[in-house]
Amino acid sequence: MNPELQGRVFPSVAPYLVGREKVREFSRAVFATNPINYDPEAARAAGHADVVAPPTFAVVVQEATLAQLLAEPDGGIDFTRVVHGDQRFTYTRPIVAGDELTATLAVTSIKTLGGHSMVTAESTIVDATGGHVVTAISTLVVRGDE
Amino acid sequence: MIPVLADLEVGSVVAEASFSLTRDSLVHYAGASGDFNPIHYRDDVAQSVGLSGVLAHGMLTMGLAVQPVVDWAGDPARVVDYQVRFTRPVFVDGAVGATVTVVAKVGALDVEVSVARIDLTVTFNGTTVLGKAQARVNLA
Repeated sequence: MNPELQGRVFPSVAPYLVGREKVREFSRAVFATNPINYDPEAARAAGHADVVAPPTFAVVVQEATLAQLLAEPDGGIDFTRVVHGDQRFTYTRPIVAGDELTATLAVTSIKTLGGHSMVTAESTIVDATGGHVVTAISTLVVRGDE
Repeated sequence: MIPVLADLEVGSVVAEASFSLTRDSLVHYAGASGDFNPIHYRDDVAQSVGLSGVLAHGMLTMGLAVQPVVDWAGDPARVVDYQVRFTRPVFVDGAVGATVTVVAKVGALDVEVSVARIDLTVTFNGTTVLGKAQARVNLA
């Protein structure tokens, strides 16, 4: 892996429009049962504009930014050796259906440990007004030659 | 009903659940998330990279493990921070599937900002599969 990736900020990816049915589909896939994930009336009664996405839904928006990182021509990351090490989501406000979200990736850390490399990538996700919604942080482990 | 921060004690269990995963669950999650890595639905591909067989998406395990916390808190929006470390795979047998169990305990209380840190113990086949699995829940 190219150590010069550290500190690199990538161009923002195309905006992601959060659909109500996508939130419902994702909610079913992670075994969510809360009505606020599915029913706009229940969501509004709880003070939300529309159905609320589960806490890990941001990974769907983040995914395009990680694809940028893995495809970076001088990155030197062999994606067949990549293992997901850590994941974190830090919210300013929840994601709701109707949000138009834009994600921007920055590489915050690169470490080498016993032949393996670890890259930490932070995707900052903002809404159509530019307000912060969530930061998704992934640490990917790139296994060295066995 | 929203849990009351002042009533919580560090170490007490607030939620427990168990989830039965099948290969269908993995295909469903692949479609919903857009993660179509074939190690999550093809044994031959999983075995070609040294795994014993198909394993669940780590993000599926992370996603379901927080659901008992969401139900306890009463609103998914109350989970303001959630992190995990992926430590062991969850192999999902084609015939019998896999059972993942979750125990959620109060890890810490931040009274000033009305946030409870809920620590998750997530187990498959008798061993934990997530490390440092922590959800911060806003109870204001």
